[in-house]
Amino acid sequence: MLVAEDLAAQRGNALLFEGVQFSLRPGAAMFVSGPNGSGKTTLLRIAAGLTRALRGRLVWDGSAVDPFASILRAVTLFIGHATALKDELTAEENLASLVSLHGAPAEAESLSAALSEWSLARQRRLPARALSQGQRRRVALARLRLLARPLWILDEPLTALDAAGVAALREVVGEHLASGGMAVIATHQEFAPVGGTSLSLRLQ
Amino acid sequence: MNEATLRAAPLADDSAWGGVSWALARDLKLALRSRAELGVQLLFYVIVVTLFPLGIGPDPATLRALGPGVLWVAALLASLLALPRLFAADFADGALEQIALSPYPLPALVSGKILAHWLATGAPLVALSPLLALQFGLEGGEIGVLVTGLLLGTPTLSLLGAIGAALTLGVRGSGALLALLILPLYVPILIFGAGAVESLRAGLVPGAQLSILAAALLAAIVGAPLACAASVHIALD
Repeated sequence: MLVAEDLAAQRGNALLFEGVQFSLRPGAAMFVSGPNGSGKTTLLRIAAGLTRALRGRLVWDGSAVDPFASILRAVTLFIGHATALKDELTAEENLASLVSLHGAPAEAESLSAALSEWSLARQRRLPARALSQGQRRRVALARLRLLARPLWILDEPLTALDAAGVAALREVVGEHLASGGMAVIATHQEFAPVGGTSLSLRLQ
Repeated sequence: MNEATLRAAPLADDSAWGGVSWALARDLKLALRSRAELGVQLLFYVIVVTLFPLGIGPDPATLRALGPGVLWVAALLASLLALPRLFAADFADGALEQIALSPYPLPALVSGKILAHWLATGAPLVALSPLLALQFGLEGGEIGVLVTGLLLGTPTLSLLGAIGAALTLGVRGSGALLALLILPLYVPILIFGAGAVESLRAGLVPGAQLSILAAALLAAIVGAPLACAASVHIALD
């Protein structure tokens, strides 16, 4: 269970938000919305343990966690704005590299199954520089199910995705919640997964 | 496929080695895919070293006196040229975030990256050095000491330089700042590296200088990855 207590953050000298609290139980997803510059990305980075909050604290399963705490890194999968794909590597090599970075085995079979699921079977051996923005996003999202970490933190996962991609993500997130996972998702668009509990947090 | 069971990352006792080997394998693969960039750095080294005999003139005694110093200074500059590659690309495309959030310890991942960086940029430079040393009329024994010194010294340059590369992440004009930050730290390596050949010429055993280079390397292997990891955390915050 992920609990945020009285979080506040600033960028430069401007206070982005304060007094943000939530508690995310297994099977629940929290959707973070708000206008540009309201601090959605900052809140997600705090939740992922990348950024230190100005005030407040983050608690995972009863113990307070600092940024980059190893207990948080072991359970979290963060996919940010940047897709972290290397142009020189193929779609499959990128996926393998990102999966094995998280200490999970990257078997050829499961990799190609994951890529097919995201309709990238034909682009498997293409270098990432030849992929479109939407395809790059799909490669990044393909590791969600391969890693199956309990806590997913997705920053604008719908960016550049087409309708079929959005539907695939809905399904994957829905399955994740159904199996007791948690998700924090920042999005501008309407996006409700199939099943699970949905919370929403609106930043001003 | 249906993998419904959620799992935390398996953290074994040997996870540090896992991190080193992940970063080493990935960065070597990336380096092989962008060989042209590595060639530029190596060519830079060759050209700088070659400019000196052309500029100074063909007097064998002068060339022989200057040789070790010229090779070391050129190695320093070439190593500086390759440094921004180390973290900047990963920082720009978001891979560094993923690396910092990986369950592997960050100092281990950074060590792997630095080792790959040295193998791709430092090792070819050392391998080419005996050939370039011939331009300056260095003798067999001197070349041996020079190459041993470079072999011990260039990994230290990569390790120290990595600290600077991590500290200047996200800073505008970071290339020049990196040079100002790192070149002073390179001075002791330069002094003992070039000094090893000098002491051989003076009829002494160069063991002292080479031992100091080895000691500096060991200290850097322990300290630099920790400093880099701390700088990466600051850069991502």
